[in-house]
Amino acid sequence: MGQPVTGQPRVVIVGAGPAGVRCAQTLLAAGISPIVIDESRRDGGQIYRRQPENFGRPYAKLYGTEAARAEDLHTTFERLRPKIDYRPNTLAWNVAERKLHLVHEGHASALPYDALILCPGATDRLMPVKGWQFAGTYSLGASQIALKSQAVSIGRKVVFMGSGPLLYLVANQYVQAGAQVAAVLDTSKFAQRLRALPKLLARPDVLKKGAALVSSLKKAGVSVVNGIEPLEIVGTDADGVQGVTYRDASGREQRIVCDAVALGYHLRPETQLADLARCAFRFDEPTRQWLPQIDELGRSSQAGVYLAGDGVRVLGADGAELAGRLAAYAALSDLGHTIDASTLDELKRQQQKMDRFRLGLVEAFPWPAAQAARLSDDTVVCRCEGITVGELRRVTRDEGACEANRAKAFSRVGMGRCQGRYCGHAAAEIIADAAGVPVEMVGRLRGQAPVKPLSIATVEEVE
Amino acid sequence: MSRSQADVVIVGGGFMGAATAFFLRQRGRSVILLERGLIGQQASGTNFGNVRRQGRFLPQLPLANRSREIWGKLPELIQHDAEFLMSGHIRVCYRDEQADQFEVYAKEASQYGLKLDLFRGAEMKARFPFLGPEVLSASYSEKDGHANPRLAAPAFGRAAARLGAQIVENTEIATVEKEGAEFRATSTDGRTFHAPVLLVTAGAWGSLLSEQFGEPVPIAVHGPQMAVTEPTTYGIQPVVGVSSPHIEEVLYFRQVTRGNIVIGGCARGPAYPDVRRAYVLPQNTLLQFKQMHRLAPALAKLNIIRVWSGIEGYMPDDRPIMGASGNVSGLYYAFGFCGHGFQLGPGVGDTMAELIDTGATSTPLEPFDIRRFAAVATQAQQAA
Amino acid sequence: MNGRFIRLGETGRKTVAIRVDGKDVEALAGDTLLVAMLCSVDHVRQSEFGNEVRAGFCLMGACQDCWVWTAEGERLRACTTVVSEGLQIVTTQAEAQWANL
Repeated sequence: MGQPVTGQPRVVIVGAGPAGVRCAQTLLAAGISPIVIDESRRDGGQIYRRQPENFGRPYAKLYGTEAARAEDLHTTFERLRPKIDYRPNTLAWNVAERKLHLVHEGHASALPYDALILCPGATDRLMPVKGWQFAGTYSLGASQIALKSQAVSIGRKVVFMGSGPLLYLVANQYVQAGAQVAAVLDTSKFAQRLRALPKLLARPDVLKKGAALVSSLKKAGVSVVNGIEPLEIVGTDADGVQGVTYRDASGREQRIVCDAVALGYHLRPETQLADLARCAFRFDEPTRQWLPQIDELGRSSQAGVYLAGDGVRVLGADGAELAGRLAAYAALSDLGHTIDASTLDELKRQQQKMDRFRLGLVEAFPWPAAQAARLSDDTVVCRCEGITVGELRRVTRDEGACEANRAKAFSRVGMGRCQGRYCGHAAAEIIADAAGVPVEMVGRLRGQAPVKPLSIATVEEVE
Repeated sequence: MSRSQADVVIVGGGFMGAATAFFLRQRGRSVILLERGLIGQQASGTNFGNVRRQGRFLPQLPLANRSREIWGKLPELIQHDAEFLMSGHIRVCYRDEQADQFEVYAKEASQYGLKLDLFRGAEMKARFPFLGPEVLSASYSEKDGHANPRLAAPAFGRAAARLGAQIVENTEIATVEKEGAEFRATSTDGRTFHAPVLLVTAGAWGSLLSEQFGEPVPIAVHGPQMAVTEPTTYGIQPVVGVSSPHIEEVLYFRQVTRGNIVIGGCARGPAYPDVRRAYVLPQNTLLQFKQMHRLAPALAKLNIIRVWSGIEGYMPDDRPIMGASGNVSGLYYAFGFCGHGFQLGPGVGDTMAELIDTGATSTPLEPFDIRRFAAVATQAQQAA
Repeated sequence: MNGRFIRLGETGRKTVAIRVDGKDVEALAGDTLLVAMLCSVDHVRQSEFGNEVRAGFCLMGACQDCWVWTAEGERLRACTTVVSEGLQIVTTQAEAQWANL
């Protein structure tokens, strides 16, 4: 079953996406059998999310140009599986005193570790739009998951809106799968991508794929518009999304009829477990968010805790695979193993290329921070609690709440089920603008357990 | 370097400090309120939010009654209701001993003007159908309720500021001394604040200040173990708390009108006043789940979405420090409220303002006198 | 069919019968509960703090927007629950049904 042999250090990996799988593979090659905790039912993470076992679509159809990498990752995991302790459908809800707290099918247990490698991945990063609470609004990642793992489109007529390399990728996948795509509305400007070209050239193959996607969409008759400003997702309480209005690059207001919107501005790391493990964070200026600190191999500020993949900073799947390997080497080294220097050097060199590309992506597809100041007061910022931008501005201006946690205490923004995943970044920009301070001064929402909602019916596992 | 002067300097911007600042301004006294962080961030902002009188040490009821009257008038007083809800409060128990105690307490409390109704059996089940089958008896206080601790102290602070109090946040005090007839508080960045009267409302850190005036007290610091559920239909009106000699059974919860249920109890957690952090231990959250199955089984269907803790100061006799200093004239204290200070906040503010302004108060404070620890202080001095 | 989601393929799967607001809904084996519901109806719950209906958001168990009530008053996160025979979901929360009042 892959239980650690007596005397073997206990290495626990959270996540079975690209980072977690390559991490497990690297540990096994060094003779250590890890425990792999996976919240999902199946391995693969998000970008290489697997379809249910009874689906029949081939890899080429599901993953397009990434089919080979996806298949390699999945078959690698299948090879590893009998040699590791793989625990799917298991949520790591807390970490304290060198124990990872798990819940599986309503049973809670505490797992002590010698090394903890967190590979929890990322979610979409959202900037609110007026009306984004209407049914039929989804994250960009959601629209891809719907297609990839359930073979459905999120609507009859879909608008893709936001920024980032995924925007064109998923829109194209929808077209290829026979869904109706009304438009792709990109908030980034072509000029931004030109400026970012030197960094994007760090990974020329990905750059080429991007250009091909745009022409493929245009060939299919999909309207592709750049430099737009989202104005409103028009909808009704009972029926949800009816259309999208936006301002085009020449300042004209335009409207598109649709019943679904896929919205997103690249990704944000899931940093909750790193936070609970008391890892130090630092403000990342290029992406205007707080990220856990790591050294070049993935060591956090906490001894024995390593971070890899999109869960620490977004490098994409290839970068995550590398990061998973590097973190495994860091853990092995700290556990007394000797690591071949040339192997490490080569991986680090590749990682540096990924980092340059990451910064290129950030420049080409920036987080639209400036939109925050222009949001109308009646726009919902916190979907969970239904709190408007106006209410958040009020507590900042009238009650002196210029810091993220104070503003949360007064306005309830970030107090809902998602614990600030989808409103936290926008809220910080809104507070910064209303208070007249740099967004770094607003700080970040303090993380607390449980990482995701935990049922009161949960019982402690009897040993 | 900047130098400020007032009638009263208050060190500690929690509920007690903010409320006293407000009531002193109402009495025309000038006030400087000094707070290391932001108003109401520590115990005042992280506690359960109970606004209850029943179950208190009986000699504390006059203070609690005084406070309760003010809770009912918050909107007209400070232009904010702090989400106070007169929802009622029930104390329940699993054993005959506690049920008997409820009866004794109800009789004695009635002498202080607190009316309690006792329920058992079918009548209890009909009135409070969410209670689990093990619950034996419920003692109901109709006029008690709950409020939002994140909002209450800051609302008092803003009201005090509107009346002209100097609220000085993000200011850490390095030393406090008395020179002649005047107290001088000096911040870490060298600003000084002067007054003939000093009030210490520094919560878990209160003893650090009282000991500078020769009055150390044996304060212990603990973190409440709090949790909150997702919002769900509003269905449970009273605040519910278990009375038991076993701390692990002492679970309490309250549902807010938005629907979330706030949960606390069963254990105390680790608190680190030096770094102002406190934690909820995962095993305590699971313990609360276990006890919830006994207290209100239907709540087991819900998810919790967050836990939190805070830094509370406890005295060994479970009573706060309140009143004038035993050593130094012009020095007053109101700290160490043992995790049950929230309901008392407005009353403490009103009472301390009266005491400072007039030299006396109608509300009896003898049980909370700091001199009850004087023997301890003397022993400590002799040992040093 | 008043569903919000459109099936684009993989329709040759075994059917699974569930009920939504008392009406029969035919799902396919391997559907998540969210997909099963939204292929037939256009929402899964009412917003607590607004007047609008909700139909999930992230589809990956992160946003927590798709928690639904079963007829027995229990909670399921629809996008991470695989549909199973006999599930009974209600999209409006009956008057404090969870508290057995």
